Order: sequence, then C-alpha cells, then structure tokens
Amino acid sequence: MNYHWNWSIFFAETASGGGTYLGWILSGLKITIGLSLSAWVMALLVGISMGILRTVPNRWLSCIAAVYVEMFRNIPLLVQLFIWYFVLPELLPTSIGDAYKGLNPLLQQFLAAWICLGLFTGARVCEQVRSGINALPRGQKSAGLALGFTLPQTYRYVLLPMAIRIILPSLTSEFLNIFKNSAVASTIGLMELAAQSRQLSDYTAQSYESFIAITLAFLMINAIVLTLMHRIEAKVRIPGAVGGER
Amino acid sequence: MYEFDWSSIPGALPFLWSGMLLTLKITVVAVTAGIVWGTLLALMRLSSLKQLSWLAASYVNLFRSIPLVLVLLWFFLLVPSLLSNLLEIPRSSDTRLESAMVAFALFEAAFYAEIIRSGIRSIPKSQTNAALALGMTRAQAMRLVILPQAFRNMVPMLLTQGIILFQDTSLVYVSALADFFGTAYKVGDRDGRLVELLLFAGAVYFIICFSASLLVRYHQRRKVA
Repeated sequence: MNYHWNWSIFFAETASGGGTYLGWILSGLKITIGLSLSAWVMALLVGISMGILRTVPNRWLSCIAAVYVEMFRNIPLLVQLFIWYFVLPELLPTSIGDAYKGLNPLLQQFLAAWICLGLFTGARVCEQVRSGINALPRGQKSAGLALGFTLPQTYRYVLLPMAIRIILPSLTSEFLNIFKNSAVASTIGLMELAAQSRQLSDYTAQSYESFIAITLAFLMINAIVLTLMHRIEAKVRIPGAVGGER
Repeated sequence: MYEFDWSSIPGALPFLWSGMLLTLKITVVAVTAGIVWGTLLALMRLSSLKQLSWLAASYVNLFRSIPLVLVLLWFFLLVPSLLSNLLEIPRSSDTRLESAMVAFALFEAAFYAEIIRSGIRSIPKSQTNAALALGMTRAQAMRLVILPQAFRNMVPMLLTQGIILFQDTSLVYVSALADFFGTAYKVGDRDGRLVELLLFAGAVYFIICFSASLLVRYHQRRKVA
C-alpha cells in the first residue's frame, strides 16, 4: 500500500481556519465527556430510584419499574435516540415543541442525546441495583425493620449501602458503556469524538491518522475510568462484608 | 397537537420486510462468525502459551474499549482498500454490506469470547482430568468433553448477546445501508412521516426483542426446574 503517513497534520491549521485539527479532537473530547458524565448522573438517579421501586413490596410500583426496564432494554439505542430527537418535539404541546426547535442546534442535539443516554443506561443500572438488593440476605431487611427503622430508612441505611458496594464492578462497566454509547449521538449530528473522526478524515484526507487518534482517545478514556473506579472500589470496601473480601 | 397519519406504512411494508431480511442476515452471519472466532479467542486466552493468551486478551480488551460506531467507521474505511489490494476488486464497488458483516463479526467475537471463556472455566477441572485419564489428548478433552458442556450452560448468555447484536445492527445507519431501521427512516423521510415510521420501527424492535428475551427466560427456567 502506498499510504503517505503524515502525523503532523494535527498541528496544521484547519481548512475552515481558526485553530488546528487537534483542536477538533479536543472539542469532540469535551462533548463526549460532558455528555457521558451528565448522562451518567441521570442514569444513577433514575436507575437507583427505579431499582428500589423494583424491589419494594408493592405490585404496582414494581410493575412500573419493570415496564420501564423492558421498554428501554428492548429498543435499539439508535431508535430511541431518533425518537427523542425527531419524534418527541412533534408530540409535545406546540409551544414546548417550538421552543425546543428554536434552541441552538447543538443544544437540541445535546439535550436529546442526554435524555436518551441517561434513561437507556438508567434501565441497566436499575437491573443491577435490583440484583444487588436481591443478593443481600433476607435477614438484613428484617433486621432493619425489627430495629424500628421505617422501610425508607431501611433502604437508606441498611440495604442500599451494601447493595451498591456489591454492584460496583458492574456499575463500572455501565460507566464505561455510557462513554462508548455516547458515540451513537454522532448520528444526529452531535460533533462528539466519533463524529470528529469522520470529519477529520474528510477534511485532511489522512484517514488512518484520524481514526487512530480517535481510537486512542477512547482507549484513554477507558483507562482513566477503570483506574478511577478501582480506586473508589478499594476506598469503600468493607472488610469481611459481601464483596468486601479479596 | 400532532395528527398521526399511518397511511404510508402499509405501502412500504415490502421495503421494510426486505430491510428486515438484511438486518437478520447481518445478525445471523455476525452471530455465527462471532461465536466461532470467539471460541478460538477464548481458547487462545486460556492457553498456557503466554504470547498467545496475551494476544487474545489484547484483542478482546481493544474491541471492548471502543464504541461500535467507531469500529463500523473503521471497517467502512479499511475493508474496501484491503479488498482492492488483496483481491483486486475495484475500490468503487459497493462493499458496505461485507464491511458491516466483518465489523460486527470481529467486534462481537470479543464479547462472545468473554462469555465462552467463563463458560469453559465453569466446568470443573476434574472433567479434564477424567478425560485425560481415559487416554484422550488435551485437544480431544476440550472438544469432546469440556466444550459441549460449556456451550450447554452458555446458551442463555449467547442468545441474550444475540438479541443485543440484533439491536446493534441498526447502527449500520452510519453507512446508509438499507437495513430495517435504515429503510424505515428513508420511507419516513420521503413521505414526511418520520414520526410514524420511527415509532413503528421502535414497536417492531420491541416486539421482536421482548418476545425473544421472554423465550430465553422461559428456556432458562425450564432448565433449572
């Protein structure tokens, strides 16, 4: 193959002027990280609350959570994203829909991708939380109630602190997934990392360098998240408890 | 308030059906190739040869750390130029489907490899020892004793991964291939009925995946009972 490698392309000025191609990668990185982190916050909030509902002794509440999980697990992420981005604004009351469509396009894409990723990942977190709570010995809940805690208090002080520790490793992999899944937002035009790889290769004609650089950026995010989560796991570990040994 | 108009769907059903066939084709090819390559990777990773197991581990970790969208873009770039160099197929010919299949197979193999590896490790070591004591070679023990049992245990996990793969094939949208979702989008765009077509596509995916996962659960429960 006669491919002309040129790594210095990243320091060249962009065709549209103002800044370098490296700047494009950095701006993509910023969007990927901002989107993933903010969606992760939503996923944790929604996932933990739904996971609690899934285990409470009330048929209706656990049914709501089950419907939520099945809906979001059985429709492809891409289809969900398109529904949030293209369909929802049409179905909302006209005033709200128009207000949304009047926003800056970048903000529209970001909002749709944020809600989509947050709720999609929330459904997966919900299942983890449920399995974490179910993995605890039954006696834990009974003991909490017998001590005079109300049910919410039992969850807050007894069940959740243990359940979350048990599921930390699987939460880590969901956290990694949210960064990878954020690349799907490139399909609605959000210029995150994966979208930048395409734009870079179109503008510079140095496809291999562009794709390698973006791949490395994702590997780097992966490594950082893994290190961070291992630190957290080690820090919150309770010696002798479930998931505490090792 | 939005007024629904579902009238463009009945006429588009033949297109949507051929799109669904393409989706199923990609899924079946990727699942089959992914399981074969994934089994090889799992065996390499469990091998006592350090270099071999390192190589398999790096492969699996690399593919598990990058987004599928990026892998697809990589292959739409790479496969055409590789094909033109190796097989002398002109660059201009449409290789998007082949690229997508290769990308999905190689990507999913990394996930299958992890499932299969844990399946193999769940078989007690005494089984290997018994097979060796009966005079089998290591390869025979793996092929005739360990793998058949491991695969039987892994069926639910492999099927669940297959359902995920079926959903992920919608991402061939990035190359404008006319799979089920791509067709639904195109029809909706053409008729100005994107809302209806997207909701329809979502409903179809939901029905297929939900029934498939119920079947997997039923199968699992029957086995335990």
